Amino acid sequence: MEVVLSLAIGVLTASGLWLLFRPRTFQVILGLSLLSYAVNLFIIAAGRLRTDAPPIVGKGVTDPASYADPLPQALVLTAIVISFATTALLVVVLMASRGLTGTDHVDGEDGEP
Amino acid sequence: MTGALQHLIVLPILLPLVASALMLSLNERRRATKRTLSLATAAILIGVAATLLWFARDGGPTAYRLGDWPSPFAITLVADRLSAMMLLLTSILGFTSLFYATARWDRSGPRFHALFLLLLMGINGAFLTGDIFNLFVFFEVLLAASYGLILHGSGTERTSASLHYIAINIAASLLFLTGVALIYSVTGTLNMADLALRISKVDPNDLALLESGAAILGVAFLVKAGIWPLSFWLPRTYAAASPPVAAVFAVMTKVGIYIILRLSFLLFGKGSGGAAGFANEVLLYAGLATMAFGILGTLAARQLTRIAGHYVLVSSGILLAAIGIGGEALTAALLFYLVSSTLAVSALYLIIEPTERNADEDDIIEGIAEPVFDDEYVGAIEEKETEIGTVIPGTIAILGGGLIFCALLLAGLPPLSGFIAKFALIDALFSHVVIASSHWIMIALIILSGLATMISMTRAGIDLLWTPGEDSPSRLSLIEVTPIGLLLAVCLALMLAAGPVMDFMQDTAAALYEPTGYIDAAGPAAPAFDTSAPTTSGARP
Repeated sequence: MEVVLSLAIGVLTASGLWLLFRPRTFQVILGLSLLSYAVNLFIIAAGRLRTDAPPIVGKGVTDPASYADPLPQALVLTAIVISFATTALLVVVLMASRGLTGTDHVDGEDGEP
Repeated sequence: MTGALQHLIVLPILLPLVASALMLSLNERRRATKRTLSLATAAILIGVAATLLWFARDGGPTAYRLGDWPSPFAITLVADRLSAMMLLLTSILGFTSLFYATARWDRSGPRFHALFLLLLMGINGAFLTGDIFNLFVFFEVLLAASYGLILHGSGTERTSASLHYIAINIAASLLFLTGVALIYSVTGTLNMADLALRISKVDPNDLALLESGAAILGVAFLVKAGIWPLSFWLPRTYAAASPPVAAVFAVMTKVGIYIILRLSFLLFGKGSGGAAGFANEVLLYAGLATMAFGILGTLAARQLTRIAGHYVLVSSGILLAAIGIGGEALTAALLFYLVSSTLAVSALYLIIEPTERNADEDDIIEGIAEPVFDDEYVGAIEEKETEIGTVIPGTIAILGGGLIFCALLLAGLPPLSGFIAKFALIDALFSHVVIASSHWIMIALIILSGLATMISMTRAGIDLLWTPGEDSPSRLSLIEVTPIGLLLAVCLALMLAAGPVMDFMQDTAAALYEPTGYIDAAGPAAPAFDTSAPTTSGARP
């Protein structure tokens, strides 16, 4: 499971970075989205990987060892919401930039045709 | 602080949030109501910040546990000398920029006041919070508001600059999250005071993981602070923003500096075992490189907005290099410099636009452009522009005087507060028995930065003000002059009260070096811990 997760994070980060350095705005947005998926998975991994363990402690239970760490899950939820909102905003700015400059190049102008 | 007064700490966050929410329910045409509401909010914020500073000066750090949860689990807000001082600085800049914006800038796009107040909320929250993840949330609040404000006024240049700004900040936020996750995985806590306690007990095998987490986290703040080579976005973005927005953005780079100052003293101070002094060398050399880059940029810049942007970089460089060198006297001096330079840059950003109003048309980014999207506010935006406020004579005299004042402050020439700040910095650098070569380089760069600022400001000033133009001098409204005057008056007060202010900074620096007060107030053994409350602490790990 560790191998699968680390492979997933690695592949997402690598493709995200590659897209981030591309010259088109849409590629940049996709790159940032992929990177944020990688980071979200990474946060989950920071709370140690557990299977079959609920994150919410029930009543009358005294052994915390049988539960997954709930904090990273809360962090990931917050991170997902925030990255979703900022990506939506970036899409709007992308559209405005496309409308104003007539190109989808990140610098607002194409170097070589 | 006891009783109802302790709730004062949460007010700098709550008040702008509520005011901004109210603002959204008001129609864009009710401009007078909006202006009154936001100016009143900003004025109350100054009062709250001053009160907090008063209490922090006498009573030491005070923690406020949100929801009254026991300490390591609660999100704590901490008001100590440093954060209260930064709050006061932010609220002064917020008030003056808002005041300036009411002259005409708040009409060049919808929802200016709501976004502006949200920005203040985010900055205040970042200064107050004692929890790293909560810091991330406040960072995102202030960034989201700043994205909207950069775009305020629309236009090709702004849209294009903000595209870069948003992309680099989202990338920096992802680094922030990665750093937080790494630190949590090693220490198991996100509370800054708790972290400071646990960091000395970290297993030496995990130390590398912790330090790489801190380094990744640090990069996210250094992008905000504008360190070279992560700063190429900054001058362009700040130059493209409308003047009141750029004026308040002057404090945004200082948010990054503040966090680095706070975390490096808490986490990597004297009591942190193997991790002590982490990354100080990096900060020093990167700071020096930032200064050099800023100086060259100042000399190369042809427009005042670019000069101001590069000056922001120079001041970030000075602050980061000073943090890297450390020492109580130098820390006190850098705090004084931080306050003085932020006020001066903010005043400069405000004075640029009226100065350039009668210069070449194509040098200036248009103020009120056509809105990109047609929405229900179109009618409000396209309203015919009318001069408001009293028109006063001697425009050029006032602008020229203000510009000279700003130039003296920024270049650090006597007798203004900029000189006192730089003098204190150089004095602290000379106080070591053996002066290292890096200290000599820093002293040289500080002096060179003054020279470069003076040269480029003189060139721009002669070009804009004292070259006879074909047009008659443009008119200047009282609403625009008052906030500039206010900011310069605060700088003047800093100069006159330099002794007491410097004493305050010295005590603040001493408190940073001995963070036990902060840890006692905000850490897990908080004195206000109420064991009689029906908590489920037995079930907690």
